[in-house]
Amino acid sequence: MRTRWFYKIQRIGIDTLIHLFLIAVSASCILPLGWMVSSSLKTQETVFADMSFLPRELHFANYILAWQEGGFGRYFLNSIVYTVSAVIGIVVVASLAAYAFSRLRFPGRKILFVMFVAAMMIPLPGSFVALYVLLNKLHLRNTALGYILCMISVGLSMSIFLLKTFFDKLPRELEDAARIDGASKLGIWWHVAMPLARPVLAVVVVFNALNVWNEYVLALIIFDSKALMPLQRALMVFRGEYLTNYPLLMAGLTITALPIILLYLLMQKYIVKGVTAQATFG
Amino acid sequence: MRNTCLRRMAVPFALVCLCLAGCSPQPSVPSKTRTRVIVWHWMTDRQAAFDELSKRYEQATGIKVVFELFAPSEAYSSKVRAAAQGVNLPDVFGILGEKRDLASFVKAGHILPLNHYMNENNGAWKGSFLSKAVAMNEFSDGDAYGVEPGIYGVPIDMMTIRMVYNKDLLKELGGDPEQPPQSFEEFLSIGNKIKEAGMQGLVSGWGEVWLVNCLAYNLAFNIMGQDKVLATIRGEVPYTDEDWIKVFSLFKEMQDSGVLADGIVTMINKNAEQLFANGKAVFAFNGSWCVNVYKGMNPGLNYGVMLPPQVSDKYPVSIWGGAGSSFMVNARSKNKEAAVAFLKWLTTKEQQAYLSAATMSLPANKDCLTGIPDVLARFARDLELATHSYTWGISEYPQVIEAMGKGIQSIIIREMTPGQVASEVQKAKERQTARHAQ
Amino acid sequence: MIPLCPMKLKSSLENYVFILPAALIFVIFYLIPFTWVFHLGLYEWDGISPTRVFVGLANFKEILFEDRIWWASMRNAGYITFIALTLQNALAFMLALACDRQIRLKNFYRVLFFIPPVLSEVVVGLVWQWILDGNYGLLNSWLTSAGFGSLARSWLSDPATALTTVAIVHCWKGFGWGFLLFLAGLQMIPRELYEAARADGANGWSCFKHITLPLMMPVAVLVAVLTILGTMTGFIMIHAMTNGGPAYHTQVPVLRILASMMPPFSRFGYACSQGISVGFVLVALSFIQYRFFLLRRDSAQEDT
Repeated sequence: MRTRWFYKIQRIGIDTLIHLFLIAVSASCILPLGWMVSSSLKTQETVFADMSFLPRELHFANYILAWQEGGFGRYFLNSIVYTVSAVIGIVVVASLAAYAFSRLRFPGRKILFVMFVAAMMIPLPGSFVALYVLLNKLHLRNTALGYILCMISVGLSMSIFLLKTFFDKLPRELEDAARIDGASKLGIWWHVAMPLARPVLAVVVVFNALNVWNEYVLALIIFDSKALMPLQRALMVFRGEYLTNYPLLMAGLTITALPIILLYLLMQKYIVKGVTAQATFG
Repeated sequence: MRNTCLRRMAVPFALVCLCLAGCSPQPSVPSKTRTRVIVWHWMTDRQAAFDELSKRYEQATGIKVVFELFAPSEAYSSKVRAAAQGVNLPDVFGILGEKRDLASFVKAGHILPLNHYMNENNGAWKGSFLSKAVAMNEFSDGDAYGVEPGIYGVPIDMMTIRMVYNKDLLKELGGDPEQPPQSFEEFLSIGNKIKEAGMQGLVSGWGEVWLVNCLAYNLAFNIMGQDKVLATIRGEVPYTDEDWIKVFSLFKEMQDSGVLADGIVTMINKNAEQLFANGKAVFAFNGSWCVNVYKGMNPGLNYGVMLPPQVSDKYPVSIWGGAGSSFMVNARSKNKEAAVAFLKWLTTKEQQAYLSAATMSLPANKDCLTGIPDVLARFARDLELATHSYTWGISEYPQVIEAMGKGIQSIIIREMTPGQVASEVQKAKERQTARHAQ
Repeated sequence: MIPLCPMKLKSSLENYVFILPAALIFVIFYLIPFTWVFHLGLYEWDGISPTRVFVGLANFKEILFEDRIWWASMRNAGYITFIALTLQNALAFMLALACDRQIRLKNFYRVLFFIPPVLSEVVVGLVWQWILDGNYGLLNSWLTSAGFGSLARSWLSDPATALTTVAIVHCWKGFGWGFLLFLAGLQMIPRELYEAARADGANGWSCFKHITLPLMMPVAVLVAVLTILGTMTGFIMIHAMTNGGPAYHTQVPVLRILASMMPPFSRFGYACSQGISVGFVLVALSFIQYRFFLLRRDSAQEDT
C-alpha cells in the first residue's frame, strides 16, 4: 500500500515539475504571438506608446483594411498554389530518392547522396542571378512553373536527408513480406514505406510549406508582375522604405501565419499517428 | 480506407495544381495600340501616390504608366542586378548603391544619357531642379569614374539629414525650446542633464554604418573643410591626421557626456524613429523622411529641426543633402521617348507639389519649396550647406568607410580609442590602395 | 562499374527511376547555378559591368589571409553553433521527451512550441528588442523589481552580452524544429520494445538508456547537422536585432557574404568565394559527423 502511494506521489511530483517546465517554455512562445495580435488591434499612434497587451480600443477593422490595402486575395491564392505544388513535388521526388538511397542498390548511390547533402550545405550567394538567366533561357522566367521548380529544388536536399535518416530506421520486415507477396518496388515504396514514414513526412511537409510560404526574395527577382507575386508581397505594402504601418503589418502577419499554424495542427496528428500506423501494419 | 483514398487523390491534385500554376494568368501583354511605360522602384510606401500620378498621366496623355514596386530595398537591388544580367530592365528604374554602381550601370550601357533632354530649350528641364538634386546623377570631366560626362538620372525628390530635438523634453531639461544647442560644447553640456533626468539623449540608426558616417563627415567638414576631406579620400592626407583623430574623439566625448542614448550602436533607424516619436529621446539624427514617420506615429510630437552642433568656426557646418531617389531611363527600351516625356511631366511643379504633399517629402523641383509644411521646410533650409558623396567626384573605398563606421561604434562601446580607430582606418585605406594599384 | 548480369542491370536501371526526378531537378536548378557561382569565385566582378577580371585564387587567398572580419564572423558563428548544439538541442530533446509521455495538455504544448519557427522574423525581432532594450526593456524592469538591478544593461549593444543574447534568441527561434524531429523519432520507436523491457523488469531510467538513447542517435545526429546548418546560414534574426554590431561582435558569415555582394561593396566574385568557403567548412563538419555516426551505426548493426 505504502509503495503504491509513494509511486503515485512521486509521479504527481514529476508531472508537476514537467508541467512547470513546459509552461515556462510555452509562455515564452506565446508572448510574441500575443504581442503580434495585440499590436494588430492598435493604431499606429498607440502601437508603441501603449505597450499593454489588452489595448483599450480594439481595432478589428485593421484586418479588413490590411486585407484590402495589401490586396491579399490574389497573393493568397498564388501562395497556396505555389506551396501546395512545391510541397507535393518535394514529398514525391524526395521520398522516391530517399527510399532509393536507403533501400536500393545501384552504382553511384553513395556519391549521389553525398552530393545532395553537400548541396544543402553550400550557400550560394548570388545564385539568384544564375537562376534568373537560366529561367530566362528556358522561357520559365516570370512563370509560376519556373518558380515552383526552383522551390522544389530548394527543399529537395534537406528533405532527402531527413527522409533517408528515417527510412534507415524503419524495420525491413514489412517490405520483405510485401516483396514475397510480389509487390513491385514502386508498390512497396508507396504502400509500405510511405505510410510507415508518416511522422517524418509530416515534418517534411511542414518544413517545406513554411519555407515556400515565407519565401519572397526569389519570387521578387523572377516575377515582374504583381499578378504572380506570393503572399509576402502584400506585407511589403505596410513595410515601406521609410514608413512602416505597424498595426496593419501585424494584422497582415497574423493573417499570413494562420494557414501555416493550421497546417501544423493538421500535420502534428500524423506525428503521433505513426505509431498506430505501425500497429495496423504489424 | 480513408487514407488510401486521400493518397489516391494526392497525385491528381498535384497535377491540377501544376497545371493551374502553368496556366495562371501571364502578365498581360502590352497592347499594341497604346504605349505602356513600366517603372520599377523600391519605395512601396509610395504606392498610392505613384498610382494616383499614373492615373492623372493617363487621363492627360492616354499613355499608361505602370509602377511596379519591389521592397525591401536589398531585394530590389538584387532584382535590378539580375535583370541587368538578363537584359530585361524595364523602361524606367531606380538604382540603389554608390555612385560607383551607377557608373557601372552606365558603362554597361543600361542607362540613357539625358544631357540632350536636360539641356534643350536653354536647359529648361535641368534648370527646374534644385541644383544639388541634379548633381547626384551627374558625371563630370576628370572625376574618378571614367564615365562619359553627363546627366544620367532624374531626381524625383530631395532629402537632407539633420538633427531634430524634442521641444518639450528640452524645456524639461531647462533649455529654451526655440534655442537648441548650436555649439558642440552646449550640446555636450546637455548630456549631464539628460543623465540626471534619466532621459535618453541622441537616437539614430547607428547600427547601420552609413548613418554614423554621415555625422562623422559632417563633423569632418566642419573641422577641416571639404578640401582636406577630399584630399584624404584621394590618399593625400592620412586618416591618422590630427584633424581626423579629433573627429573620432568627438564621438568619445559624446559618449562620455551621456548625450548618446543607450544602445545607439546597434540601433536600427526605424527603432530610433519609434523612440523619438514617442517622446523617449531628446535628440535624433535623421533624414527629412522622418517628418512623415513622426507624423504617423505621433501627430502631436512637438519637435524642432537643428543643424548638427558646430565644433569649430573655421569651416561651415555641413549637412547631407541631395536627391532622395532618382529614376533612370533604360537605354535599350523601345519607349525611351515616352519614358522621358513622362519623367518630364512627373517633375513639373504641379506633380512635384502633389508628390511632396502625398509623401511628405521634399520636392526636387525648386519652385515647389514654398508650399510645403513648416517642419519639412526647415529641412530644406540652408541647402547651400548640403553636400553628398555622390557629388565629390571620387568615392572612398567601402572597406575604409566600413572601418570608419565600425571603428566609431567601437569608440562608443569603449573598446578602442580614437587614435586606434584612426590607424585602423588608415590601414584599411592603405590595403585597398595597394590592392587597386595592382 | 556496371554490373554485367542482365537481371542485376535491369534492377539497377529500375532503381535509377527512383533517383531520376530528383537528379534532373538537382542538375538543372542546383548544379548549373553552383558551377556558375564557383566559377565567379575566381573573378573580381561588381555584379553589373559586362567585364569580369580573372583573378584566379586571389579571392580565396584574401579570405584566408587578409580578411580578419571574416574570421571574426566565423568565430562568432562557431560560438552560436556551440550554444545551439548544447542548449537548443538539449531543450528540444527534453521537451520532446516530456511531450512523449502520457501527460495532460501535451497536444496543447506541441502546438505552442512550434510558434517561434512559424512567426515572422520581423515580429520576433521587434518583440525581443522590446524585451531586451536597455532603457525600456521588460527584462531589465523584471531584473530591477527582483532586486538584480545591477545586472540590467543594454543586452544587445553591450559587447559583453550581445553575442550570447543573439545566440539565445536564435536557439529560441529554432528549438521547435529539433523538438519536432525528436518527437517524430520518439514516436517511431515501437511501443512493444518498452513493454517487453518493462516485462523484463527494467525501470524508467534503464529503458531510456538502453532503448530510447541508442534508437535516437541517428535523429540526434540529423538534428545536430541541421542545427549547424541553421546557425551557419541563419542571419535574418541577427540582421533584425543588431545588424552584426556593436562593431563586429555579432557579425556572422552570411551577413558578410550579403554585404560583399550588395552595395556599397558590390564585390560579387568575392561574395561567391566566401559562400564556397562556408560551404567547405559545413560539408567537412557534416561529413565528420556523418562518418562518425555511420561507423557507429554499422558497428552497432554488426553487434546484433
